[in-house]
Amino acid sequence: MFVRNDLLFLGLGILVPVCASMLVFLFVDAPPLRATELFFEGAFGSSQRMGDTLMIWVPLLLASSALIITFSAGMWNIGIEGQIIAGAVAASFVAREFEASTPVVLTAMIVAGLIGGMIWGGLAGLLRVRGGVNEIFGGLGLNFVATGLVVYLIMGPWSRRGIASTGGTEPFRPQAWFPTLDGLRVSPLSVLLAIGVLILVLWFLSRTSYGLRLRATGKNPLAASRFGIRTDAYLLLSFLLAGGVAGLAGVTQAAAVYHRLVPSISGGYGFLAILIVLLAGFRGQWILPIALFFAAVSMASFQWQLQLGLHSSLGGVIQGILVLSVLLLSGYRAISYMRKPISEEGDA
Amino acid sequence: MSLQLRSITKTFGPIVANDSLSLTIESGEIHGLLGENGAGKSTLAKVLSGFVSPDSGTVELDDEQLKLSSPSAAVSSGIGILHQEPLVFLDFSAVDNMLVGSPRDGNHTKDLAEEHLLKICEQFNFSIDPLIPVQKLSVGERQQLEIARLLWLGARVLILDEPTTAISGSQRENLFQTIRSLAEAGMSVIFVSHKLEEIQEICSRVTVLRQGRIMGTKHLPCPTSDLIDLMFDRELEPQGRKSSDSLGSICLELCGQKVTTHFESGKVDMTFRTGEIVGLAGLEGAGQRDLLRSIAGLDDTVTEGVFFRSRDIGDDSYIHRMQYGFHYLPADRGREGLVDGLTITEHVALASPQRSIATDWKLSREESKKIIDKFSIKGTPESVPASLSGGNQQRLLLGLIPDNPTVLLMEHPTRGLDIESAAWVWKYLMSLTEEGTTILFSSSDFDELMTYCDRIFVFFEGAIIQELASVEATTERLGSLLGGVK
Repeated sequence: MFVRNDLLFLGLGILVPVCASMLVFLFVDAPPLRATELFFEGAFGSSQRMGDTLMIWVPLLLASSALIITFSAGMWNIGIEGQIIAGAVAASFVAREFEASTPVVLTAMIVAGLIGGMIWGGLAGLLRVRGGVNEIFGGLGLNFVATGLVVYLIMGPWSRRGIASTGGTEPFRPQAWFPTLDGLRVSPLSVLLAIGVLILVLWFLSRTSYGLRLRATGKNPLAASRFGIRTDAYLLLSFLLAGGVAGLAGVTQAAAVYHRLVPSISGGYGFLAILIVLLAGFRGQWILPIALFFAAVSMASFQWQLQLGLHSSLGGVIQGILVLSVLLLSGYRAISYMRKPISEEGDA
Repeated sequence: MSLQLRSITKTFGPIVANDSLSLTIESGEIHGLLGENGAGKSTLAKVLSGFVSPDSGTVELDDEQLKLSSPSAAVSSGIGILHQEPLVFLDFSAVDNMLVGSPRDGNHTKDLAEEHLLKICEQFNFSIDPLIPVQKLSVGERQQLEIARLLWLGARVLILDEPTTAISGSQRENLFQTIRSLAEAGMSVIFVSHKLEEIQEICSRVTVLRQGRIMGTKHLPCPTSDLIDLMFDRELEPQGRKSSDSLGSICLELCGQKVTTHFESGKVDMTFRTGEIVGLAGLEGAGQRDLLRSIAGLDDTVTEGVFFRSRDIGDDSYIHRMQYGFHYLPADRGREGLVDGLTITEHVALASPQRSIATDWKLSREESKKIIDKFSIKGTPESVPASLSGGNQQRLLLGLIPDNPTVLLMEHPTRGLDIESAAWVWKYLMSLTEEGTTILFSSSDFDELMTYCDRIFVFFEGAIIQELASVEATTERLGSLLGGVK
């Protein structure tokens, strides 16, 4: 009974969003089959496009890894965008100020990005723990501050010589670029970094005593404190770690994608990652394929725009529909489980 | 006019809160509803006032069957309830509070509300300025405002749910005066309380509930012991455990410790010996929980004046006190005791002192198997708390306590457990005391208190009103002490 229900919901979980997406295409007068074809072509049609899909996959993976830490602690880390930006700013500072060989500069940029993100995440955490500011509002506010900071840097102290434009800073020296393979824009180093960080985060959460106490804090802070856990410290820790990991996404965006600091450096990937983690139901292993799918939809939307004349925001609509229908299904599923009487294990 | 309840039954899952209750209340009568916590008084009051709908049974007012599907339906049928602390909108003025929830028709305008309020004030000697924001009124005055509002909406039956809990003595006198005038004017009043003296003072008849059933209705005044007989089961009168001579040295001292409760703070001076079992009796919220939590050092309590083996530990936090071997087991095991979603193995790892970065999960799993075995928990190392019954949750919590606790602080150690589980838990607790653990526990189960305690402290409204050696404790004695009668 249990298994059959699970399969049923899995089937529905695939069928419902696919049908809904088809309806969206019909609604905007686009042939659904051609759109599906373009999805695969656009995202995986050539090695170059596959590379570009992976390039989007990297920040999504890193941001999702960051969010799974704060979600485990029971926190909504809306400030993730700001943490990505803070990481990018810190890495850009290193790239601009230090001249050294590539391995040294890149290592320094990664460390700087970690610290920058941790500061931004830590601020949201401190506001929550010490100031009693809900992490959603604190994070949102810090996002605006971070965006403002980037624009200020680009227009002011870090502006290009003779030009004050929001287009971005001067490109970094080539020593501060993540290395790429011939003909591809994606850096294998950043892909390795993202996968490695995800594995490390999952290991931390599931295998270590710190991860266990962090999860206990997230599931039931009251009971966790009865076990002698300093729950405030663990909330703060979750923000520091998440901020650091998000900062790495900023590093790859700056050093592997744009090779300079641009105002939209976070690319909205932080918010997209919130959807990914929600869809994965906080199960880490699902993040890999779901993030890949999201990256593919983002890539495909360029093709939909070019070939079918659809607006590029359609990709976002499809992603949103996917998340909504899965959340609706899981909500319905939770309700249908609740209706059934819970089998009681007797007292012995 | 009379209010008739016919076989009202209300169940919550397996718990029968009201078991086929039938009752008639005459007009002009002040009728008491008496019973200890969980006897079913509040549920009955909620049924009558439309907050919960009964599984079966009917309510008739003047031979007319009422539809009590919602609180507003109940009020328009003529039944109003006055809560302990009336639900009001604090920023609104007194008269605006009367208008909220009133029918939107020509008879319920602001002018009429003000006129009515002034009239009621004159009639009952209240002094409420119609335009004053309600937050400036005392709880007693808010009750008066609520009574005025219910009268305005046409209440003919007034239910008062523990109305004296949050008000001062003089406010109480005013309230009683009002209730008497209302009854003289022909209203039926239902007075819900667990305080024997109050019931005796104000009611003309009283119905006693126990475990959802009506145990009897008495005309008042009557001997208090008759009421206690109805309130509590006194078939079993177990004898005290042992004399206190066999106990060890002083383990824990409280010196002038403040216990903050809902009511007020009372100071306590107490000493507890090694291996002693002390019961804290009292109705819910009388202060037992606050005392246990302040000894445990939990954040929201005043924790000064605690001495452990002659050492002042008043400034030590809960976490610090855990290192002395203090352990607190809350009543709400699912919410405050265990972390749902974590397995038994993960709980074991949480409770164990290992501090290395990578948890030794194999060791934790072995350990959890041992605990499951030793405490005969029906579950596996991978079970989560939600899949365990109350008894198994309590066994798990006991199993998670590190070896040799010095002071064990427990709320309702056997609440919700079947007899066999409860007996098992106590057998284990007694074995702990033989190894030198001091146990303090709160309980509302008289048998438990009389069987296992060396001493019993009885709490009433935030203060300890009596200390009893277990041999002195009888159901009647405890029952009247719980009701505030010394």
